[in-house]
Amino acid sequence: MSEEFKVEIVNPEKSFLVKDDVSEVVVPAFEGEMGILKDHISIISFLKPGIIKILSKSGDENYYVEDGIVEFKNNNLSILTSTIFNLADMDKSKQQDLLKQAEEEANKTDINDQSKYLADQKVEVLKTLN
Amino acid sequence: MASLDDLKKRIASVKSTQKITKAMKMVAAAKLRRAQESAEKGRPYSEKMNNVILNLSNGISDKENAPKLLSGTGQEKTHLCVVMTSDRGLCGGFNSNIIKKAKSYFAKILDEGKELKIITVGSKGNDQLKRVYGDKIIENISFKESKNANYFDADKVGKMVIEKFEAGEFDVCTIFYNQFKNVITQIPQAQQIIPLNNEGEENNSEESYEFEPDEDEILSNLLPKNISTQIFKAMLENSASEQGSRMSAMDNATRNAGEMVDKLTIEYNRSRQAAITKELIEIISGAESL
Repeated sequence: MSEEFKVEIVNPEKSFLVKDDVSEVVVPAFEGEMGILKDHISIISFLKPGIIKILSKSGDENYYVEDGIVEFKNNNLSILTSTIFNLADMDKSKQQDLLKQAEEEANKTDINDQSKYLADQKVEVLKTLN
Repeated sequence: MASLDDLKKRIASVKSTQKITKAMKMVAAAKLRRAQESAEKGRPYSEKMNNVILNLSNGISDKENAPKLLSGTGQEKTHLCVVMTSDRGLCGGFNSNIIKKAKSYFAKILDEGKELKIITVGSKGNDQLKRVYGDKIIENISFKESKNANYFDADKVGKMVIEKFEAGEFDVCTIFYNQFKNVITQIPQAQQIIPLNNEGEENNSEESYEFEPDEDEILSNLLPKNISTQIFKAMLENSASEQGSRMSAMDNATRNAGEMVDKLTIEYNRSRQAAITKELIEIISGAESL
């Protein structure tokens, strides 16, 4: 019995990634990181800024996301997100740009608690990348 | 009858117009392929989003306290219409079709004594609507500088709509856009996005989901995103439709110009022949009289 399932990452422009030999995915769910293995119960949750780790036979991959929704059903994991970057393709300058944007956002005073929290998260995650 | 010189000039000018329309058609065809591709690529996202929301709204425990974006404000007094058109002209009936659809909707709303607010996206729609509904237009957005429809722009529109909704400026929101069917046919659409209209859609999955955090919280996070997604989908459909419409309009224009050139050429040849015949008659009758 194989322990693999299918993962699909979609962003508004296109289907970003489809993989069907995934053994585990770790997503930064809103209430903490969540590891998903095969035969997980059907679940819907949403993401906070963080790193998606995809572990598969063909190698591990890491993606930085800013928001999104995850849906797991019948061993199909769908991740909908509007902002996603493959860490392997992300260079220092891109990281700095994102960090700067996030910091600006976090320093705004006229935003509500939730967006403040999200912006702080972004800054934190991006800092750990450096 | 126009003189030979005039005819020559007209033929030349029609021919150069034909060249322009032909070039525009080619450009539109190339852009159409790209736009169509991105419209197709964008579909999975909005479909999945719809699915998730459908699952969520079915699983929601407390219908009374459902987020307002889903259930509405409980009244239908003020309507907000987002009319999405292109920034450029020369695309056949593309813009007028949307405007026509929108105008008939406006008339209906005003007849019912409800209040109307309009946001126009794209400058052509604004140009056509401001004459009649100028005082109703509260916002005009144009994305002239961005080449292709992108999610960032859609998100801007979406956020604006949500902001206005939360400020209680309207109760119902409808977007107007052209749905791309094929190159010749684009169907103007009116889609209600607030409150979300899920009626008629069957949810066939019996599966129950685990939610983390609870349904209400996910929904209230998801619904604003869905607004942007729907607007983005409309923008993609619109840009594919615009190019398709332009392509067929320019194709027609090229053909018409061709016909016109043929007709003018025949006329030109006839009058040239007539002039020659006239000269011959003059010469012959001159020679005979000697």
